Amino acid sequence: MDLKQLYQDIILDHGKSPRNFGKCVGHNSEAKGYNPLCGDLVQVYLKLNDKKKVEDLTFEGSGCAISMASASIMTDLVKGKSCEVARKIANAFLVMIKSSSEMKSDDLEDDQITKIMSLSGVKQFPMRIKCATLSWHTLISAMEGKKEEVNTETTD
Amino acid sequence: MKIENIKSQFPIFSRKINGKPLVYLDSSNSSQKPICVIDRLNDFYKDEFSNIGRSIHSLAVNATNKFEETRMSVKNFINAKSKDEIIFTKNATESMNLIATIFGQQNIEKGDEIIVTELEHHSNYVPWHFLRERKGAIIKFVPINEDGDIIIDELKRLITPKTKIVTVTHLSNVTGTIVPIKEIVEIAHKKNVPVLVDGCQAVPHIKVDVTDLDCDFYAFSGHKVYGPTGVGILYAKKKWLEELPPYMGGGAMISEVKKDKILYASPPEKYEAGTMPTAEVIAFNESIKFMESIGIDNLIKHEKEIKEYALENLRKINSVKIIGNPKNKAGVIAFVMQGIHPHDIATILDDDGVAIRAGHHCCQILHEKLNLTATARVSIGVYNNKEDIDKLCKAIDNCRKIFDLK
Repeated sequence: MDLKQLYQDIILDHGKSPRNFGKCVGHNSEAKGYNPLCGDLVQVYLKLNDKKKVEDLTFEGSGCAISMASASIMTDLVKGKSCEVARKIANAFLVMIKSSSEMKSDDLEDDQITKIMSLSGVKQFPMRIKCATLSWHTLISAMEGKKEEVNTETTD
Repeated sequence: MKIENIKSQFPIFSRKINGKPLVYLDSSNSSQKPICVIDRLNDFYKDEFSNIGRSIHSLAVNATNKFEETRMSVKNFINAKSKDEIIFTKNATESMNLIATIFGQQNIEKGDEIIVTELEHHSNYVPWHFLRERKGAIIKFVPINEDGDIIIDELKRLITPKTKIVTVTHLSNVTGTIVPIKEIVEIAHKKNVPVLVDGCQAVPHIKVDVTDLDCDFYAFSGHKVYGPTGVGILYAKKKWLEELPPYMGGGAMISEVKKDKILYASPPEKYEAGTMPTAEVIAFNESIKFMESIGIDNLIKHEKEIKEYALENLRKINSVKIIGNPKNKAGVIAFVMQGIHPHDIATILDDDGVAIRAGHHCCQILHEKLNLTATARVSIGVYNNKEDIDKLCKAIDNCRKIFDLK
């Protein structure tokens, strides 16, 4: 296990100063995610246009550096994408964080891949994987317009 | 046994965690086990194993005797009046569920009141919540003040003719508050209200005398008292064990079974249905002997010294804030750090071999009261020394470096 792999500068930066934090104006979908093991809470606000494009995406919540950085990076990368692409990115991220060593996505630029891969160190810390996945599951829930709260103990 | 040499009694301290010697500061969660307990478990399985109870053969007689010896040791250890007042369960959680279930079944009706406190672990709240759901009981919370002490005057105010039970922790697993149980029992008994005490955190660290406390029920877990997992203890005054209905049905808890009626065994067997954690209960006797060989007064003195050393040194670290400042505090220290989430602290400390706990420690009511979602918690056991605290503080410094805190 390597702490430097986990707490990379990008993560510390996003964890300390999360981007897109707060409620976005005109959001038309939102979802809440909760990790009962630690009490981390994240709320995702989504503004979709008529063509199902993510016009704006923000979040609120409290949690560790990993969960805040993951949510922050997520909003950065997904904003401006269509729902379909956003879903593909989310799925690729969830595969990467749990089982793969790479992030396979044709929908992200190289620098975006680098950014998202900064979270890959979490893999070495199994107890922390749910910190990284909470906001992504919550985003999926918001896109699907689900009403019930996302719970890390009931998602994969 | 000399406390300075106690670490050598715990084989786990010879191993390394992430390449570093283990600094175990998570004893409130569960304690490590001394070699005498491990050996006893092993020897019993190797040379003596049998189920206890009714078999006539020699092994069964021996196992039954040894099992009952532990009951006697527990009785003496917490100064109960009779060994029949000691029930073995799976853990303190089961002990408290047992009482909530059978006491509730017999004594709690719609609109009756149960008094808990804001300090409680979920295991001393959720079982009572079941009665709120099933029977329409009302749960009232005795508030705590900023220091983490229970406001006793509020307890006095909350007890009404509808109050059926007061249930309270002896020692908080977050703030380390040592709760004045004797005073609480006196207040409740004046109104004829029985008291259950969650003694999980108290038994390993302070002197517990249930006769002196005069509480009606007292629950604790063996695994926090340097014993094996799978052993819970429930002390209950004899009159309650005779009066209350049984909990689980099955073998050993009956005296006669007919197609049209069943007679139950007398306590304690009445409450010990099915095969018990035989080996674990028998090995738990070694935990009590281990505690007694140190001497509870020596243990208290040692842990107090380490706690004070820890508090003094943690307070020196910028950005560390200790949660609660109760009048009497045991070696349980919850803290937060400005700018670092408790989970990040725990991960970074683990890299240095320092095991602490982070989260709400099964006390969400308390954390909500304190406006926190999580805390980091250091909890001291008999094996900890000042060197452990130095390593803890150094590891916390490492957190500050990684997170670039001033």
